[in-house]
Amino acid sequence: MLSRPDTAHIARNSGGARVDLVLVADMVERGAKVLDVGCGDGELLRLLAETRDVDGRGIELSREGVNDSVAKGLAVIQGDADTDLADYPDDAFDYVILSQTLQATRHPRVVLEHMLRIGRRAIVSFPNFGHWKVRLQLLFAGHMPQTDILPYSWYDTPNIHHCTIKDFVQLCDEIGVKMEKAVALNAWGSPLRLNAPWWFWNLFGEQAVFLLSREG
Amino acid sequence: MVEANLTAARDVPREADSPRDSDVAHFGADKPLKLDSGVVLSPFQVAYKTYGTLNAERSNAVLVCHALTGDQHVASEHPVTGKGGWWETMIGPRKPIDTERYFIICANVIGGCMGTTGPASTDPRTGKPYALSFPVVTIRDMVRAQAMLVDYLGIDTLFAVVGGSMGGMQVLQWAASYPERVFSALPIACATRHSAQNIAFHEVGRQAIMADPEWRGGNYLTEGTDPQHRGLAVARMAAHITYLSDAALHRKFGRKFQDREKVTFSFDADFQVESYLRYQGISFVERFDANSYLYLTRAMDYFDLAADCDGGLVANAFRNSPTRFCVISFTSDWLFPTSESRAIVHALNAAGARVSFAEIVTDKGHDAFLLDEPELLAIVRGFLDGARKARGLSGAP
Repeated sequence: MLSRPDTAHIARNSGGARVDLVLVADMVERGAKVLDVGCGDGELLRLLAETRDVDGRGIELSREGVNDSVAKGLAVIQGDADTDLADYPDDAFDYVILSQTLQATRHPRVVLEHMLRIGRRAIVSFPNFGHWKVRLQLLFAGHMPQTDILPYSWYDTPNIHHCTIKDFVQLCDEIGVKMEKAVALNAWGSPLRLNAPWWFWNLFGEQAVFLLSREG
Repeated sequence: MVEANLTAARDVPREADSPRDSDVAHFGADKPLKLDSGVVLSPFQVAYKTYGTLNAERSNAVLVCHALTGDQHVASEHPVTGKGGWWETMIGPRKPIDTERYFIICANVIGGCMGTTGPASTDPRTGKPYALSFPVVTIRDMVRAQAMLVDYLGIDTLFAVVGGSMGGMQVLQWAASYPERVFSALPIACATRHSAQNIAFHEVGRQAIMADPEWRGGNYLTEGTDPQHRGLAVARMAAHITYLSDAALHRKFGRKFQDREKVTFSFDADFQVESYLRYQGISFVERFDANSYLYLTRAMDYFDLAADCDGGLVANAFRNSPTRFCVISFTSDWLFPTSESRAIVHALNAAGARVSFAEIVTDKGHDAFLLDEPELLAIVRGFLDGARKARGLSGAP
């Protein structure tokens, strides 16, 4: 992981919480043991502690994020998703969460495999590179897309492995991961219709949240 | 004249037996200390200080473990030097380890020289100081003695065990030996084992002490000689360099001259850094015992948590640990570098323990843990606040 993507532009609900984090939190059972990979300043961990009563731990790459989190009383360590997940034993957590970070890892597939080794379930959220705004920019403007949720220039982006919802679903199939739940959010942070077909999600979902578990 | 001074010195009760401004817990024949070496130390005593008030539930006790050359005078004036406590940035009213919230205990380690039984203490069998007949002690022995003190104080579970360097080793040993008695643990700037480089530096210090003709095979107290100003001072000077960093030394001293304009073509302290080190050496020997230095450095050298564990894995020392850990390291600490703290964190993660880990940016080297580092203070405060909430401790005692 190079550096954590900026998430300041993600929509917030009336309570001031990021909509994608609320969605993630809703997928977590009460009292569960949770590892948040790339936990930033600990916003999700705090939300989980307050609303779901979880035993939460975090890994964060940036020293400022870690020190802020620890000073808030959260159990966070400085570390890198690409290298440090290997140190965790099997089945150590109920959930391993990767929020808005998958596309910034060097080896997304390995990270995903580790998440489902360490945790019984994994929750992954990421910006959808198949969103119509992204497609239109590349098609008509001919430059690397820059949107509210992907604000970087091609040369300074931490996002080195963009994927679309379709790509992610395909990866899950390849490594034999079961999709228990999936939600796509539009640009205003509202969930898309559950019965919409994948192509619709892939075109109109600005970001997606997946709850995954091991097959079988 | 010299003879007269020594006689006078002998009439004054020695700090090693009768410490000033300290409480002393005596452990008689019914409470022997069984050491790792197999030797049983009895009777023995532990000199300690407490600050703050123990609450009715006896649940707000914080044990502070001191480093190699520290002692129990953690937050109040030192009886020998007259200086303030060694961790007053951390401990006091409304400080991160708040004396208005917590009952703070700091005990001189076994083998020390500030009132807990050590090589300078009087051996009851001979009426003379133990000197080298004192048994070699380990970090685990120090922790055993502290656990007996905590029992003596009627405390079952410690809210926190905190310490840096050798104190951090004791914190790790506490969590490994008595997991149910340690609610939270703060090992700072330490490691699960002493590295070859660190053992090597200690050996230099010990050889400096033993090479001093006044040391007399360790019997200087009975022979009335004074090895302190040579051997022990040199040991301290060498060690002190390892507590700093190249950047800190350069910032503080550079190549500046001491009270002169140019080099004197002699071996005087031409440079400020030399003068500073000499001062560090001289001021240290006022308050420390040469033999204690040998024993305590040895205890650190022997420390290797993994050696006591199944499969030689540190993680097994913390299996199913209920303790909340906060590991802290400093970027410029080359004595206990961040990689050592990371190894602790990996082991704790592998054991499924609840751990936080922060590395603090500073150029002040290993000594940073004793200094006014705002980020260190904020992290300790935040971690303890979180632990206090989890423990259900109220704001005031």
